[in-house]
Amino acid sequence: MLGSGLRQAVQLILSLDAELLRIIVLSLRVSATALLFSTLLGVPLGAWLGLRRFFARRLVIAAIYTGMGFPPVVVGLVVYMLLSRSGPLGSLGLPWVPQLFTPDAMVIAQIIIATPLVAGFTMAAVMGVDPNLRQQLISLGATPWQATRAVLREARQGVIVAVVAGFGSIISEVGAVMLVGGNIEGSTRVLTTAIVLETQKGNFSLALAMGIVLLTIAFVINSVVLRLQGKAYG
Amino acid sequence: MGEPVYRLLGVTKVYGTRKVLDVAALDVHAGEILGIVGPSGAGKSTLLRLLGFLEAPTSGTLTFRGQRINGAAPPLAVRRQVTMVFQRPVLLSGSVYANVAYGLRVRGITDARERVEQVLDQLGMLPLRKESASTLSGGEAQRVALARALVVEPEVLLLDEPTANLDPAHVAIIEDVVRKARATRGMTIVLVTHNIFQARRLADRVALLVAGRLVEVAPTRAFFESPCAPETRAFISGEMVY
Repeated sequence: MLGSGLRQAVQLILSLDAELLRIIVLSLRVSATALLFSTLLGVPLGAWLGLRRFFARRLVIAAIYTGMGFPPVVVGLVVYMLLSRSGPLGSLGLPWVPQLFTPDAMVIAQIIIATPLVAGFTMAAVMGVDPNLRQQLISLGATPWQATRAVLREARQGVIVAVVAGFGSIISEVGAVMLVGGNIEGSTRVLTTAIVLETQKGNFSLALAMGIVLLTIAFVINSVVLRLQGKAYG
Repeated sequence: MGEPVYRLLGVTKVYGTRKVLDVAALDVHAGEILGIVGPSGAGKSTLLRLLGFLEAPTSGTLTFRGQRINGAAPPLAVRRQVTMVFQRPVLLSGSVYANVAYGLRVRGITDARERVEQVLDQLGMLPLRKESASTLSGGEAQRVALARALVVEPEVLLLDEPTANLDPAHVAIIEDVVRKARATRGMTIVLVTHNIFQARRLADRVALLVAGRLVEVAPTRAFFESPCAPETRAFISGEMVY
């Protein structure tokens, strides 16, 4: 079964099956959009936590570490309850609050999953830069902002790793998108939820085809991370 | 002697409950090399950090060129007249050249190749200008640290143990460049060192700091040949003060 399934899977990928293609594009679009927001939120947050000492900093860091290990399905549950018609956000009917079972709702859930990861890894990267560097640059005449930029530049490999790791976590995540997206064909079906469905239907070749695509994406991401980590710490 | 570059009156620095610095009065004159010696933990680096505006005094007044420096760091234009070389320099991950050009770059000066290369040449680092800073030895890194401070041509150069743990050849190069910076540019230099021989070689005046207090400030010759304080005699004779 695996042999013939694999052959058919490769055929499906090579023939650029329309349904398969649509699912791939939606997966990438949802996760890329979520990653964009997670990066815009997580990198400054991580840099701030890595550079500044302030009251309740440890509490914020503890919250981020908790968020890094949050089960996606629980994030999905919370977002589901928030956005549902009877939920605190959904009931307001505000135009910028996405409705359940839409790609935008999936984006929201994935932002919540990826942001702590991006922030946590960015913080670690920034803290890995010698804390004396900043003061020495200030003493050379840098403004605080110029010195901060230089420190971030020193941590850039680690920041890229943070962003890529964030992407890896959401492209392969199934629990949250299943709950808030609903796995609706042609609308909110992404690679992971489609694999679940096709496997349950016994449609192994299609499930395998999507599994291969997902694996390829994950492989490329991890190769990039390993390469950058090798550069940063090697 | 004209107006001093720095004037300190009743300056203290307290960390928590520990008073690490308590300087009743100290002037730093324009164009002089002032050596600050003393046992470790005497507050030498703390004093230098106050002069570099990296920290504010807990009490007392610190005046720079007639301008009183209060709690917050002074304006950028004032701050940029003073540059510090640290005991343990941290360099950027780029090339030696990029490191030396940094102080100029943050001032918006980008075409200063001649200036950068001249300073590198003075310190014998020109052949290494394209090397990655992370591959340098301790002595080379220390010379880059001095180069990046000198290239911005500050009015005041603060040196915190610039030759600690270096071999004699490197020490000679660095001392020579420090002397030249004063001779050609009239730079005011404050040198913290635990090495009294270095203070004797370089400084015009020497100050002894013990437990945060200035025990004696005197012209170098008088400091070593006819010290007033018994602590100074003990220190220069090699007996530890503490």
